[in-house]
Amino acid sequence: MSSEIRRRKLDLKNGRVDLSHGAGGRAMAHLIGEIFHAAFDNPMLRAGNDQAAFDVDAGRMVMTTDGYVVSPLFFPGGDIGSLAVHGTINDVAMAGARPLYLSAGFIVEEGFALADLKRIADSMAAASRAAGVPIVTGDTKVVERGKADGVFITTTGIGVAPRDLVLSSDQARPGDKVLLSGFIGDHGVAVMSQRQNLAFETTVQSDSAALHELVAAMVAAAPQGLRVMRDPTRGGVAATLNELAQQSGVGFRLDEDAVPVRPQVAAACELLGLDPLYVANEGKLIAIVAPEAAGTVLAAMRGHPLGRDAALIGEVILDDHHFVQMITSFGGGRIVDWLAGEQLPRIC
Amino acid sequence: MKYVDEYRDGAVARRIAAAIAKAADPARSYHFMEFCGGHTHAISRYGLEDLLPANVRMVHGPGCPVCVLPVGRIDMAIQLALRPEVTLCTYGDLMRVPGSHGASLLRAKAAGADIRMVYSTLDALAIAAAEPEREVVFFAIGFETTTPPTALAIKLARARGLANFTVFCNHVLTPPAIRGILEHPDLDGVPGPRLDGFVGPAHVSAVIGSEAFAPFAREFEQPVVVAGFEPLDVMQAILMLIRQVNDGRQEVENQYIRAVTPEGNVIAKAEVAEVFELRDSFEWRGFGAVPLSGLRLRDAYRDFDAEQRFAMAEISAADNPACECGTILRGIKRPTDCKLFGTLCTPETPMGSCMVSSEGACAAHWTYGRFRDHARRNVA
Repeated sequence: MSSEIRRRKLDLKNGRVDLSHGAGGRAMAHLIGEIFHAAFDNPMLRAGNDQAAFDVDAGRMVMTTDGYVVSPLFFPGGDIGSLAVHGTINDVAMAGARPLYLSAGFIVEEGFALADLKRIADSMAAASRAAGVPIVTGDTKVVERGKADGVFITTTGIGVAPRDLVLSSDQARPGDKVLLSGFIGDHGVAVMSQRQNLAFETTVQSDSAALHELVAAMVAAAPQGLRVMRDPTRGGVAATLNELAQQSGVGFRLDEDAVPVRPQVAAACELLGLDPLYVANEGKLIAIVAPEAAGTVLAAMRGHPLGRDAALIGEVILDDHHFVQMITSFGGGRIVDWLAGEQLPRIC
Repeated sequence: MKYVDEYRDGAVARRIAAAIAKAADPARSYHFMEFCGGHTHAISRYGLEDLLPANVRMVHGPGCPVCVLPVGRIDMAIQLALRPEVTLCTYGDLMRVPGSHGASLLRAKAAGADIRMVYSTLDALAIAAAEPEREVVFFAIGFETTTPPTALAIKLARARGLANFTVFCNHVLTPPAIRGILEHPDLDGVPGPRLDGFVGPAHVSAVIGSEAFAPFAREFEQPVVVAGFEPLDVMQAILMLIRQVNDGRQEVENQYIRAVTPEGNVIAKAEVAEVFELRDSFEWRGFGAVPLSGLRLRDAYRDFDAEQRFAMAEISAADNPACECGTILRGIKRPTDCKLFGTLCTPETPMGSCMVSSEGACAAHWTYGRFRDHARRNVA
């Protein structure tokens, strides 16, 4: 390293992102080198190309991309960085695939604290290492103050699924069972508890987690019995099941008593006038499975730490109107409809 | 969840349902109006209709503050929000309520108006304190429940010297609306609903007290049971109403004794009386002008009255002629009787306010109950 470069080292304690960090010059090279490369370090990234090249095993390639604009950026149980890694890994995994590589694009607002950017990059690196899915290429842009909300992250993920395993949202059939991997609403409540205008105290942590190993255990247990897998993120279990009902041309009947909700989450939702079924999750999955495989898959889920509290919450029914119905704890019936409009600020 | 789960216990619900089935005389029918949107929501959310015998029918009333706000007041709020110096603070529910010509606060916000969603009056006060260069207006709506917090916010604003804080007051009162339904049940020649009793408001009664409903029992010979918003509260109130009807009694009974006293919250009532006074008349959606049914700020607090500060002109605007919100709010028609229901009017594209708020009869039926219509149709 030349003395000139050393002198220009980033002030990671008090420094802020300015427009020169996105201008393609030396300042940008410093930012990328000292924050992103330092955090994500791996041979492909170190090669310093504008792309990553790699061989893949035979199978079905799975690819996904996702933008993260969560506010606040840091919340109990995670931050925008870990969320971006987990969310993209999960989208790949929901195809039954083994996630292999990630890319990360950053859009940073002028004035953003370098310390926060480093904290986010380190958190992404930790999440990606823990999951065994490296970040092998990326991009950085800086926009003027007011043109973004701190930092936005876009991640792309690539994975490979066994050639004969086809999980798709049009595969649910009447009689199939609906499995849920654990307690719902944790992420949404944890994020909302940090919002300035809500700010309430809670012990609830985001459930943000990479689910690919749980998925691998499920695929190993009953590859033929799995029809659909989906992670109920934004819009919660309600939005996911309504989408699946449309895509598969079926209806659902849920049992309210069977849906796992933590008392703290139920209480926070009660206070805020929300229904946990609509609250976002970042470390849960819904699996639609053939009835004869339901017991096997549920047992496999419960054998994994991220599926310990898995439950059978309902079944797929024949319904031309594609309603998601629920038998309430009361014994009455009701619809679990789509959420209308944007009731809440963005949370993932 | 303590103090909540107890009132949502399915096993207890089935026991009350059995008692209702036993008490309901098969030779007669029972039509009860739940005044409050909170009750409407609970009935739909928990599928209570499935637990009632066919001869016990619930009629949805007008007690949804968003629903009864006339189009003209929405238009006034939109005009106010479009003023460059104004920051309008509103509850989220109001954002999608349709004004005239397809306007809404949501669209005004997209067009550049400074409109902020808040969760309480205190959030609006905090914005006024943080941004002294902005004229911060709180869009105040609601029945007697939300009026005391508005009164306190106004007094706090005065105490803190927040000269840039005002309130666009749309607070309304429950008893005059009930009186309106009982005195003039029909609307434009359409006969009103048959009513055998009222499920009285929960939170409103916590403020004004159960005795506020005594005139309806005495003058109009209507049984009233004040009830909480939990599903078991509603079930128990229905049972109590059936027993009153069977016994030929017309009394105000209080099912919600854990929160409601006969005289209500004396302190809250005093705060409201200090800050607000009755308007001669206020327009309600579905009712037209109702005498002595709305509140405005007293002269002593006129500095905090947005209608005064911005010389807001009263706007009276007609509802969409095809929209049945008016008859639905009065319990004359059901949501499914409206031609627009589920076709042109859905929660995503509301034509009338009853489809917006989760307490609105149309939204509640659309969100929780409409599979029953299809089930009925499929059977037929």
